[in-house]
Amino acid sequence: MILKVDKVTKNFGGVTAIKETSFSVAPKEIYGLIGPNGAGKTTMFNIITGNYEASEGEVFFRNETLHGLKPHQIVRRGVARTFQNIRLFKSMSVLDNVLIGFDFQARYSFAESILRLPRFFGEEKRIRAKAMEILKYLGIEKFAEHKATDLSYGQQRKVEIARALATNPELLLLDEPAAGMNPAETKELADLIYKAREDFDLTVLLIEHDMKFVNQLCDRVLVLDYGKSIFEGKPSDAIKDPEVVAAYLGDFIHD
Amino acid sequence: MGFIIKKDQWINLAIVAATLWFIWFAQTHLDEYTVRILNNIAIFIILAVSYNLINGVTGQFSLEPNGFVAIGAYVAALLLLDADAKEYQYDIESPYPWVLALQANFVWALFFAGTFSALLALALSFPVFRVRGDYLAIVTLGFGFIIRILAINNPEITNGSLGLNDIPEFSNLYWTGGVALLAVIAILNIVDSKFGRAMKAIRDDEDAAIAMGVNTFKIKTMAFCTSAFLEGVGGGLLAALLTSISPDLFTFFLTFQLLIIIVLGGLGSTTGAIIGTVLVMGGSEWMRFLDEPMNIFGIVETPAMPGMRMVVFSIILIFVMLFAREGIMGKRELKDLFKKKRGES
Amino acid sequence: MDFLTFMQQMVNGFSLGSMYALIAIGYTMVYGVLRLINFAHGDIMMVGAFLGYFGIAVLDLPFAAAALLAVVGSATLGMLTDKIAYKPLRNAPKISLLITAIGISFFLENAFNVFFGGVPRAFPVPDYMSHILNLGGLVFSVSSLLVPIVTLILLGGILWVLFKTKYGMAIRALAFDVNTVNLMGIDANRIIMIVFGMGSALAAVGGVFWALNYPTVEPMMGVLIGLKAFAAAVVGGIGSVTGAVLGGFIIGFTEVVVIAFMPELGGYKDAFAFVFLILVLLFKPTGILGYDFEKSRF
Repeated sequence: MILKVDKVTKNFGGVTAIKETSFSVAPKEIYGLIGPNGAGKTTMFNIITGNYEASEGEVFFRNETLHGLKPHQIVRRGVARTFQNIRLFKSMSVLDNVLIGFDFQARYSFAESILRLPRFFGEEKRIRAKAMEILKYLGIEKFAEHKATDLSYGQQRKVEIARALATNPELLLLDEPAAGMNPAETKELADLIYKAREDFDLTVLLIEHDMKFVNQLCDRVLVLDYGKSIFEGKPSDAIKDPEVVAAYLGDFIHD
Repeated sequence: MGFIIKKDQWINLAIVAATLWFIWFAQTHLDEYTVRILNNIAIFIILAVSYNLINGVTGQFSLEPNGFVAIGAYVAALLLLDADAKEYQYDIESPYPWVLALQANFVWALFFAGTFSALLALALSFPVFRVRGDYLAIVTLGFGFIIRILAINNPEITNGSLGLNDIPEFSNLYWTGGVALLAVIAILNIVDSKFGRAMKAIRDDEDAAIAMGVNTFKIKTMAFCTSAFLEGVGGGLLAALLTSISPDLFTFFLTFQLLIIIVLGGLGSTTGAIIGTVLVMGGSEWMRFLDEPMNIFGIVETPAMPGMRMVVFSIILIFVMLFAREGIMGKRELKDLFKKKRGES
Repeated sequence: MDFLTFMQQMVNGFSLGSMYALIAIGYTMVYGVLRLINFAHGDIMMVGAFLGYFGIAVLDLPFAAAALLAVVGSATLGMLTDKIAYKPLRNAPKISLLITAIGISFFLENAFNVFFGGVPRAFPVPDYMSHILNLGGLVFSVSSLLVPIVTLILLGGILWVLFKTKYGMAIRALAFDVNTVNLMGIDANRIIMIVFGMGSALAAVGGVFWALNYPTVEPMMGVLIGLKAFAAAVVGGIGSVTGAVLGGFIIGFTEVVVIAFMPELGGYKDAFAFVFLILVLLFKPTGILGYDFEKSRF
């Protein structure tokens, strides 16, 4: 198991956002985290990435606990994420956005950058080539010098994924990657994730509302409702599960 | 691609050569008054580009310059004054023996001025950068006051409110202009490296930067300490230019002036900081008439202290923030102007 | 130190702490709704003190009327700065807002400096205010007794507004989540304006009290007092009104007591608040009663 969430509970003040939830994700699996709004999915992401500390329970990545690690340290261990609402670096070019992902992989010092020593040029050249490779892989290399926020919504999503891939992750967390996309874009994204899993040896954990997307892509899903897991298994079985249906129906009624 | 880089390098070399020529020309051919203004401008360029690194590039609102300039000025002055000169002018308390023993040449004095400032900045980084929020601004604002309180209350070291006088006048345009040139090159090199990218990423979206594995505490601390180092060096140059310093020289007005400079030039742009310096320093000279004891308001008490000028400055600052937030350069640099690409808005 | 001197210092500390508390409330409330360190807040207090001065010295008003003028004038000024300078920047980067706040602060200080001069002016304290009371050896002026009493009454009022009225609930809700407030059908901008008005009114009370006890007013008086009051707000827990009052008392007492016990530290009096600020940021950034705002980011 590459990721193991062990009896995690998260309280905010008096409110329990997640209650004793456990699940494990196998290497190269595409695992979906689904459930109605407010079920605690994004909270779960934030616990895995270290932005929140679990009130109880622990998260293990490659059998090592992530407890006590800072978010940036968890990224450096191989856990990358994207955000629900795209959060690109607004003032920077697409290429620079991706280069941020190489920040901790470029091996030159502060002094070397000020004095422009050979290692600076060598490392910059190396990470730039790698960043361009990723952009090419996603088919957005022609926008490398564009300002990231000048791109279309779908392309911005790709930049976000490119940026996450740049951190060289083993586990990629995607928070509603298909949100706001049209069916054609969604299809393209699903294909991309599927392919990237093979090409980058990725394990994917994703949050998504689009059940068609989940069905098509995920090997297994975990359904959360009010912070509790109510189903784990194949996505095709999830939609037949009475408890899951009830949870979603409740969601519709509340909406 | 390779061709463009080469062309860039030629332009850079030409700019450096032209600057060096101008420094030599100004020092040898221009009159004393002009050289004095140019010296001021050079020192303010050092301060502005380094202030811009933390405020504009990293996006961390800080009000530190007057504190670190004061530190740098005092450290340099104590190292440059010889024991006799100190013994002679310490009127409030006699100096500690170690104060008398402090002695270094100009290069080392500037280096220690910068290093001491940077170390203090490092110490301040722990309370302010480990937590979120804008505590940097308030802590640095308070720091400026504390430095003044310390300077006044430790006359055995600083000669208290009398300040230090007869500091050897080492600064000339070769020094101020030379250090300014080096500072600008160093800052530009930092900004155009993984460190600068990480700083900009923190400015644009700190959470996203963390999600890319950026150690934001480390990067912010680096930016802050680099700023402090150069501000300390600038303070040292200033002490050796003015030849006398006192606690009241480094008021918040210094920081405020620099804030206007970088806001006017475009927060985040080093080129803008340089343009802003020239504009504000030039404009400041020109606006001196505002501070003359003209009494159109019918009030007698407008002595020869900067008053109206500061009101105008603050109105300019508010105006730029409300209506022209990008300043002159936005976040662009000189090299971006050569590229035929849509600029940043 | 004998018991009487000790009690005397307690009274002084209570009085000084009350003034910091009154000013700190404005910082903490504005920070709560806007995440803005309102650098101009200390200067609004200065304007309040000046208005009180003008009310008595120029307009010949009785003290109470002059104080009312200060409160109304400062509240208006506070709301005006929000409307003119801060509101247009609601969606701008945070740093723009902070820079504008510094600009307003510097503008107020220097405009007052230019128009009214930098020389401290003696505040015309009414005789009954400076009347010295002697309670079993404890000696204090009426004004230094009045300050903590009024502070506590005002604090009670503020807490009642915050916890018992619709607007108060909206203010508290806004501190956590703008959307909730919009859901309540209340205009967030209106709430923010009210917060500026309330904070500035309290600052004016603090300013007038300050002028009563240290009977001078001058354009730069808001800088250091403001800085200390902000430190008080952080010590108490930024965002919490009760915390701001607590922080104000802690800083006020420290200044009075440390100097009473260790007079040799007198020169460093103005540095205590700063030391507190640093210590709190190092060891308990949320302050004594504070809520960790930053956790509500995601």
